[in-house]
Amino acid sequence: MTAPLLSLDSVSKVFKVGGREIVAVDGVSLDVIAGECMAIVGESGSGKSTIANMILGVYPPSGGTVSLRGETLPARRTRAHRRAIQLVQQNPLSSLNPQRTVGASLRLPLDVHDIGDNAKRWTRVGALLEEVHLPADFRSRSPAALSGGQRQRVAIARALACESELVVLDEPTSALDVLVQARILKLLMELQRRRGLTFVFITHDLSVVRNIADRVAVFEKGRLVELGSVEAIFTDPSHPYTRSLIAAIPVVTSEEQALKESLTQKEEKIDHS
Amino acid sequence: MTSPTLLIRDLHLAFGGYSGRVEVLHGISIHIRQGERVALVGESGSGKSVTARIVLGLLQMTRTARIGGLIAFEGQDIAKLTPRQHHRLRGTKMSMIFQDPTSSLNPVYRISEQFREVLRRGVPDIERTEADARAADLLADCSIGDPERVLTSYPFQLSGGLNQRVMIAMALANEPSLLIADEPGTALDVTVQAQTLKLMRELVARHDTAVLFISHNLGVVREFADRVYVIYKGRIVEHGRTADLFDDPRHPYTRALMDAIPRITGGGIPEIADASDTYLAPIIVHEGCAEPEVAP
Amino acid sequence: MKRTVAILTSNPLSALGVVLVAAVVLSAIFADFIVPFPEHRGSVVDFTNFNRAPSWQNLFGTDLVGRDLFSRVIFAYRISLVLGVVVLVIAVPIGVTVGLVAGYLGGWTETVLMRITDVFLSIPPLVLAMSMMGLLEPTLTNGMLAVTAMWWPWYTRLVYNITRSEKEEGYVLAAELIGASKPHLIFREILPNCVPAILTKMTLDLGFVILIASSLSFLGLGVQPPTPDLGSMVADGAKYLPDSWWLTVFPGLAILVAVFGFNLLGDALREILGVDQ
Repeated sequence: MTAPLLSLDSVSKVFKVGGREIVAVDGVSLDVIAGECMAIVGESGSGKSTIANMILGVYPPSGGTVSLRGETLPARRTRAHRRAIQLVQQNPLSSLNPQRTVGASLRLPLDVHDIGDNAKRWTRVGALLEEVHLPADFRSRSPAALSGGQRQRVAIARALACESELVVLDEPTSALDVLVQARILKLLMELQRRRGLTFVFITHDLSVVRNIADRVAVFEKGRLVELGSVEAIFTDPSHPYTRSLIAAIPVVTSEEQALKESLTQKEEKIDHS
Repeated sequence: MTSPTLLIRDLHLAFGGYSGRVEVLHGISIHIRQGERVALVGESGSGKSVTARIVLGLLQMTRTARIGGLIAFEGQDIAKLTPRQHHRLRGTKMSMIFQDPTSSLNPVYRISEQFREVLRRGVPDIERTEADARAADLLADCSIGDPERVLTSYPFQLSGGLNQRVMIAMALANEPSLLIADEPGTALDVTVQAQTLKLMRELVARHDTAVLFISHNLGVVREFADRVYVIYKGRIVEHGRTADLFDDPRHPYTRALMDAIPRITGGGIPEIADASDTYLAPIIVHEGCAEPEVAP
Repeated sequence: MKRTVAILTSNPLSALGVVLVAAVVLSAIFADFIVPFPEHRGSVVDFTNFNRAPSWQNLFGTDLVGRDLFSRVIFAYRISLVLGVVVLVIAVPIGVTVGLVAGYLGGWTETVLMRITDVFLSIPPLVLAMSMMGLLEPTLTNGMLAVTAMWWPWYTRLVYNITRSEKEEGYVLAAELIGASKPHLIFREILPNCVPAILTKMTLDLGFVILIASSLSFLGLGVQPPTPDLGSMVADGAKYLPDSWWLTVFPGLAILVAVFGFNLLGDALREILGVDQ
């Protein structure tokens, strides 16, 4: 097996809230292999966002280490560390500065990391837009003039601008309509293939996971309760929580209904209230 | 034949703004009979939520809103009601559940106090002790294990799922004939959402309450509704019984929506074409779902 | 632009604000060409024409030494506006920077900076200005200093509050994760989002600075004669009420028009720039 790109080694995070200690993430070890899409799945309070924030270095873990290509990432990330891991956020309405043009938002990573020839950066911004299937002249537009899907494409282009291998996708489509979601997911898969990206895909939506992820890590109350290939998780989930998650998904076809029912039969004795 | 609980016929809505007139609804017709669960499903901006707000009489006060068409509630044209009469209907004969339960409840009052207010709308001179006892019963009906604790709590002390159940109990407290649910449970976790929907379905069936269920989530609609209207850009494009519509979606827009939903059985993400003109094709009505010929 | 025009034309008060402010500013700039007696801004004495009621020759009448009141009011606008602009040009950058830094950095920096701001905010503006003018010479420069000293904390408060909410927005996190520096985050990402609110407040404040400056000179603590000033004109004329009413009424109206105009324009700007209240 190849060495992992990203590695969490018994990572935990404790928050102090009003004198009380809350364990948000409890001793999680997880390897992400280069080129894969690893889904991190859970409901609110599962710790999935905390994990994303520790990977990104928004705050350091309370215990354990996060390492990239075998190098332990420090609490204070250097500019190079930042460049290596990028984020696509849930809400493109807030992730783009409303007072700056799309072009200015996309130029920032190029300027900060001194990528490419200064004079050619404007052209490069246009190329980034084209890579996410937006016209290059969107450079001069304000985010307010864009639809939700277009804004999310810009946010994706910005994550690409750093040329990082690892992109954390934090619920990238849950604020979007279903038709737009399908196009954005399609784009993400295309970019992953073309650029050989590694995705950490944080989501609560298992039906999306089924169709985009290679492996799934299921979290409950800060603990990793199940880890496996997407096939295994959906055909034979071993943990009752995973089964209850799948059983709760609202579905649209009778085949899906049948799959859910076959899982709930295994589940009969368990009350998930 | 008795009149349907809610009849919307050729409803138009436009807003006059700085940038001219914006048409939001282009003449939609919906009917809901007693005890029926009817879903209005569409994407954001399709006009589904404004429809609910018009029925509730919340949009009529907006100065820039131009509303045309007929809305009849239990055979009575609501345009003929005074704002006062309309106000009296809300929370009694016609009640609502909103998307985010925690922000729909007032954080500075205990649940018991808010519940008393709700019950007073139905029975103005209800005694305090009687109201509290009734509230406890209603909460127990909503599978809330310890209603006493919930009643003495503030909304922020309860989980989102509990608050949602409290909202449902309040909405059904005065035995409404119509419940309008706008994206219920969308803000909740999937497992909690599934339980909430199941509970709501049981309760409205028991009380024979008609429901207008507004949602963007086709899966949720399939699990909850008897009949479905699909709305796109202020037009109803397809209307049919839930099973028919999901087994055999006929309108190009409904088909695109269905295709776009990732399946838990796999199959990848489909290629979705850009918005097409065919989405604006005329409405398709499935067998046995014609609008009633009632003249109120 | 289309929206701006639509807002201005749909609300008559906004349109009035634009007209009043344009009238005040343009007349102040082109005072030399507009007024019939430009030399009357200084110490001219014309006893043949003193204390005349308004007429076609002297629209607002003349003062006690025979100077044309209309000419003096227009020149007083010029002084008031210059004063207002200078005060804001000094106070706004200070206030905004302090607010941004306190709001973004938080912790001890925030505590110290905001407590200092609170101390300034707790002193009534006119009282502080009066005591400063009492200690120092009552000159125009000192007057401006006093007004500036009381003005910056309001911008600190405003910008501090916006910064505190903006720094939680996703775009700040995005820039931080890209590796942008703190000055970039503060001045290039957050500051542009404060600008609409700052501009709106500046417009409103131009009116208030004029009012405060007039109050100071009404009390004899501001602009000194013979420089024309609306506040001192009102004060001087008040002794001759009600007979020589024009000595008070026209300078008073002039203050009203300026303050009212800037307020209306500020409200219009708030709507155009989409500033939340």
